Amino acid sequence: MLRKHNKNYIGGKKMAGHKETFITKYLFSYDHKMISRQFLLTGTTMAFIGMAMSLLFRLQLAFPGESFAVLNFFLGDKWAPGGVLDPNMYLALVTIHGTIMVFFLLTAGLSGTFANLLIPLQIGARDMASGMMNMLSYWFFFLSSVVMIASLYVESGPASAGWTIYPPLSALPQAMPGSGTGMTLWLVSMSFFIVSSLLGGINYIVTVINLRTKGMNMLRLPLSIWALFVTAILGVLSFPVLFAAVLLLIFDRTFGTSFYLSDIYIAGEALDHTGGSPLLFQHLFWFLGHPEVYIIILPALGISSEVISTNSRKPIFGYRAMVGSILAIGFLSFIVWGHHMFVTGMNPFVGAVFTFTTLLIAIPSSVKAFNYLSTLWKGSIRYTPAMMFSIGMVSTFITGGVTGIILADAALDINLHDTYFVVAHFHIVMGLSAVMAMFAGVYHWFPKMWGRMLNKKLGFVHFWLTFITAYGVFFPQHFQGLAGVPRRYYANTEFPLFDGLSDISYMVTMFAMVGGLAQFIFLFNFIYSMFKGPKAPQNPWGSNTLEWTTPVEHVHGNWPGDLPIVHRWAYDYSKPSKDGTDYRIPGQDFVPQTVPLEEGEIDGEGH
Amino acid sequence: MTALLLSLVIIVGIVSIVQMLRVFDLSNALKGTDEIQVNDQETNNIRWAFVVFFLGFFAFFIYLVASFGDQLLPQSASLHGLEYDWLMDLNMIIIITAAGITHILLMVFLFKYAKNVSPKATFVTHNNRLELIWTTTPAVVLTIIVIYGISAWNSMLMDKPEDSINIELYARQFDWTARYAGEDNQLGKANFRMISTTNALGVINSSSIDDRLNEYDDQIFELEASREKVFPGGVSDDEILDNIILVKKNRAAVLQYEEQSKNENFDIANDDIITKVEFHIPVNKSVNFSIRSQDVLHSAYMPHFRAQMNAVPGVITHFYFTPIITTKEMKKITGNPDFDYLLLCNKICGAAHYNMQMNIIVETEEEYNKWLAEQPKFNVAQAQ
Repeated sequence: MLRKHNKNYIGGKKMAGHKETFITKYLFSYDHKMISRQFLLTGTTMAFIGMAMSLLFRLQLAFPGESFAVLNFFLGDKWAPGGVLDPNMYLALVTIHGTIMVFFLLTAGLSGTFANLLIPLQIGARDMASGMMNMLSYWFFFLSSVVMIASLYVESGPASAGWTIYPPLSALPQAMPGSGTGMTLWLVSMSFFIVSSLLGGINYIVTVINLRTKGMNMLRLPLSIWALFVTAILGVLSFPVLFAAVLLLIFDRTFGTSFYLSDIYIAGEALDHTGGSPLLFQHLFWFLGHPEVYIIILPALGISSEVISTNSRKPIFGYRAMVGSILAIGFLSFIVWGHHMFVTGMNPFVGAVFTFTTLLIAIPSSVKAFNYLSTLWKGSIRYTPAMMFSIGMVSTFITGGVTGIILADAALDINLHDTYFVVAHFHIVMGLSAVMAMFAGVYHWFPKMWGRMLNKKLGFVHFWLTFITAYGVFFPQHFQGLAGVPRRYYANTEFPLFDGLSDISYMVTMFAMVGGLAQFIFLFNFIYSMFKGPKAPQNPWGSNTLEWTTPVEHVHGNWPGDLPIVHRWAYDYSKPSKDGTDYRIPGQDFVPQTVPLEEGEIDGEGH
Repeated sequence: MTALLLSLVIIVGIVSIVQMLRVFDLSNALKGTDEIQVNDQETNNIRWAFVVFFLGFFAFFIYLVASFGDQLLPQSASLHGLEYDWLMDLNMIIIITAAGITHILLMVFLFKYAKNVSPKATFVTHNNRLELIWTTTPAVVLTIIVIYGISAWNSMLMDKPEDSINIELYARQFDWTARYAGEDNQLGKANFRMISTTNALGVINSSSIDDRLNEYDDQIFELEASREKVFPGGVSDDEILDNIILVKKNRAAVLQYEEQSKNENFDIANDDIITKVEFHIPVNKSVNFSIRSQDVLHSAYMPHFRAQMNAVPGVITHFYFTPIITTKEMKKITGNPDFDYLLLCNKICGAAHYNMQMNIIVETEEEYNKWLAEQPKFNVAQAQ
């Protein structure tokens, strides 16, 4: 039924056989593999823009008030007169950098790419449950990206109130120029983005629940699918709340309502708003915002679980515990949002409750870290670039995770709230970990996406430069934060307190420059290998999962013949034969999921 | 010219990488080496590289601590700050230990189980006892962290001493104003509709209400007058009418406010004292800050006192602490004769967010009282 649908009905029109036009194949494609590539390319493009912005404002932070031709080149005489960055543009760059990285790269780019690619391929489905919704999901994302980029060209500047766009700052054009048309476009863009995310998320959930092939029960799903599945649930439950928050903000801005505004005197007049509360916005925003960080990190954990197990040639350690911790993290992520608001004047009792729930998350998180370590233990590690990035992810997940324990502590948060310590924490635990895992995913599944291999040597160079500079950029920021440097400061030179720390700013910027340039190695490798890379073999990494049983050349419906039947979990790496003299399949250290169980053979963890 | 050179360099760079790759590909094809799988030589290099990296990472950490450690959590100048620092040290020891141990394990495993030295993996799916250990150990440690953390939090926010001095910190784009409660230790009420050029905080006493109503009347009169002078391209009649409606609404609100609070004693505002640029607090006395904002969110951040609380328009938030070191003593401790305690804004509030600051002077009670006595009271300043 589904297969017929995908084969014969494309773009709502009945098509004869395989005939496809450029438009149905490359633009409004229903094929999940094509949509996945579209997400990846758009997400990567946005990521380069976001990264370039961070490099521009890093220049100002390392050399406050100095003139740079490059700033003037990109921002013009209005926003960088004489090459010196304008403070409003500094805030705009910070804001759009955050928005792009959090939403466009690490939500849509990461989930959009890998949920679309892996869900049908790894569960043994012909395609997503609804090809059209999937197509719409991409095009809403594309539209949202276009609107966000367009907002950069608005005369009064793009949104500048920080990626969290707290009102009243974001609600009042009098408060800053970026809260004019730029903010309107930001809100419009995010509305499209939410539509995209919901269309995608519902599709992912339905597909995982309904379209698993024969034998693929829930406890045989690869962890990547578990992670993407729970991620989609989180998105579907939390993005509508962001939509409500955005909508009410649009009302306050446009129709004179007072959801978030009260008792404001600005630009010489008392505004006619009373009774609203800026804290309402924060509650709504973080009710999405905190699940959002797990929407980012769970796919990353799923991807690296796959890559680490495959390249250690060992089953992922404690599969059920890993599934359990994904579920636990997913559940807990909904009851911790208040830890973003410890110093908003909320009732101290509420703060204590949120401290408790937040610290609970550290338990499933540490289970994950330990399980990664024990997967490596007694393995036979293949250092593919994907594996190296996954290892990098394990390291950054730990380094960034432990500082979360400090910030979750309401008492300790008092002095660290909104300082560089927070910046360091979330960039390492969420930003770096997710980016590392995304790179791992791209290196690992590139052969599946484009039928060609990425160059491994460039992969090594890219990894080392990225890993070293990433720590170089974000690790020292802990020290700035502990010394009390607030984030989103255009310069730290207006008072002598932080003079002794200017070396750190300088060092961070230098690492950022090198790290930024290193990404062009990846970009080059990516584009070059897409066309000129060596042809991919059927199963380059010796992997068990179903995607490697599909033909290298993409076909509609994924498998040319019948759907594969699953007989075992995805992690039978290095499984010994019954007598223990050889592997389960002689001479081959992996057992694909399609291989039937022998009599008396234990599947999975063998409970 | 530079742009041209730069693009030239980039193009040459790309071309040379392409050529290098070609050579790689060709030589690999000639030698018959595998382009896809990682060979033993590479594996060996990489496992050593990871060891070097992690040792380098530890060294980087030590370097940062050695170079900047003395600036982290500078000498705490408040009573609860001592508890804060103790709690931070405890947490830091725990997390550095946890991250250190796991990273050392990671390094060892990456070295020991690389393909070239560990050609065959051991099939292990799980181990209930191990998993129980590494679930319960973090749980126990976290219980300790939660208990200490919450009790510190409660004592910092819920045990305000009765005799605290009341001071208001008032935030707006882009400066701070402090208001002292005066002899009665009670802050007079304030309202955003009372704000005018002469009454920046909108403080209410009987004469400020009358002043404000008069100002509103003047404004309405001026606006009405300007309707006669409407010219094309200028402010339109509709806009002026809107403005008049807004001012009238505000006037009505003030009138209503006056009506409602007939029985209130507005005189408690009379002895309030308003200061800008710097404010003084006495050492070893608890100070209770009421924090307000005029326009957008701000955050009163005083890093030396381990104190922070947001300023939220429409809401009054609170934070209290007891300073324990005077500015003079701190100059000696830091060896910096120019040292000053700072109040910073730590919530993004607009273009000059980075420069929204106020000096805090901590001094002995006598010095403080002397300074306070020299400041004009609200009703005195008002009369001038």
